[in-house]
Amino acid sequence: MDEQHDGLRELYQEVIFDHNRNPRNFHAMADASHRADGHNPLCGDQLTVYARLRDGVIDEVSFVGHGCAISKASASLMTEAVRGCRVEEAEALFRDVHAMLTEAHPDCDLGKLEVLSGVREFPSRVKCATLAWHTLHNAITLARDTARTE
Amino acid sequence: MNAPAPIFGPALLDLAGDFPILARPVRGRRLAYLDNGATTQKPQAVIDAMEAFYGQSNANIHRGVHWLSQHATDLYEQARERVRVLLNAADAQEIVFTRGTTESINLVAQTWGQRLRAGDEILVTTLEHHSNIVPWQLLCERTGAVLRAAAVTDTGEIDMADFRALLGPRTRLVAVAHVSNALGTINPVDEIVRLAREAGALVLIDGAQAVAHQAVDVQALDCDFYAFSGHKLYGPTGIGALYARASILAELPPWQGGGDMIRTVSFEGTTYADGPQRFEAGTPNIGGSIVMGAAIDYLLEVGLERVAAHESALLAEATERMLELPGIRIVGTAPRKAGILSFLVEGIHPHDLGTILDTEGVAIRAGHHCAMPLMTRFGIPGTVRASFALYNESRDIDALVAGVRKAQKLFGV
Repeated sequence: MDEQHDGLRELYQEVIFDHNRNPRNFHAMADASHRADGHNPLCGDQLTVYARLRDGVIDEVSFVGHGCAISKASASLMTEAVRGCRVEEAEALFRDVHAMLTEAHPDCDLGKLEVLSGVREFPSRVKCATLAWHTLHNAITLARDTARTE
Repeated sequence: MNAPAPIFGPALLDLAGDFPILARPVRGRRLAYLDNGATTQKPQAVIDAMEAFYGQSNANIHRGVHWLSQHATDLYEQARERVRVLLNAADAQEIVFTRGTTESINLVAQTWGQRLRAGDEILVTTLEHHSNIVPWQLLCERTGAVLRAAAVTDTGEIDMADFRALLGPRTRLVAVAHVSNALGTINPVDEIVRLAREAGALVLIDGAQAVAHQAVDVQALDCDFYAFSGHKLYGPTGIGALYARASILAELPPWQGGGDMIRTVSFEGTTYADGPQRFEAGTPNIGGSIVMGAAIDYLLEVGLERVAAHESALLAEATERMLELPGIRIVGTAPRKAGILSFLVEGIHPHDLGTILDTEGVAIRAGHHCAMPLMTRFGIPGTVRASFALYNESRDIDALVAGVRKAQKLFGV
């Protein structure tokens, strides 16, 4: 089977490598109004998501941590996608991303986030791609526990 | 229909050819199965034994007056004898069938552990599998005993100076892996038993990663408990055994209550069976025990010295060839190692490498290997682990090396 047909190129697109090497909004946030820790004990991925909310709008969002290329790129792409969103919009986006990662024919157009769709062919990696999103969800809904995607 | 195949008996001895699963492609590639530390594949002799048992010999044991029940009981007790031979125990009555290593260790923690008092100590090491840590933590929570863990050196060996320092008059039990599942280190269990004896402590050895890869002799080792799992020695999942020295087993209180573990039951007072029966309440995994017996036959037929030499050669070859690649860090560089190669590739997370190897048909494990304290010790979230079995060949290493190179190319490192 050629490289082109084993799903690897769809999983590891250039955008993923770019965000893995140079993650965006990759810093702690001293004046965050919300934060949560996320942990995937199975593979050791660990991150913290920070958000600053004003009138239900995500003004600023950032993250720190370590993990595989998929989890790091997904976190980076997420921070770009949800900045300026209302909390409900961010939550709806998470649902759409989850559908894209897990359903055969997701019914949504996610623009740049579609680079994550290759994960669908690798079910064991879905939890890598969703860790940051679960963590953001916990942060902005003020859940106290560490997000887990075991 | 053909005559039923004998459940116990000589195997085919075609090594890789004995294992039908190795002929199936995975993701369109030849399968290079290098996840034997997690579980081993099953030879045709074991698959046949399962069919033979359920097709010809199934009945409940230790209770029927009918012929089949006696037949199944005989096979079950013959399987116990096979475990005795595997471990060179003095008596088959020292072998308790369990669900596996984890249950064996929990059995000791919950029976022998009842005699612990606040201030007593259990000594483990930093390289233990979680199954040789958590049962002792639970026991310590119940009793007020204290769990100590000997340090591990940079090469992934037990720091014996630290071990000796932690071993003392309060140490009641030393519980240690024979072989590290995460790094492959073969621990100096002879020395550990000798030191523990001098300190008056009992010794439990977690043999999960040892029994299928080297000859084990519990009498020569002089340990008190030895635990292992059937599925890591080419047998089925859900079955394993605990060796317990006869004098200690006789003193252990019952564990789970139920049928088969009693002598007489009355509301005025129940008396318990002697020997391993006391710890095998309810209908046990009869089929699993018997099929594990067939797996032991297979393994002994191949010969553990031959297996050890073969896997040692594979480890040396894999180590050498991996180190020829750039950016490889081997985690666990002890001079004495079983067929386990744990490594990191610079610039590639173990999980990403695991996925890329998977697309090449190479099955490895990526992660912390249920040894989180050990990963913390090395300051890493996990490793990629290739672990060898008797059916692996040089071409499995070819596939591993090619897969790592492909990943490096893809990641541009």
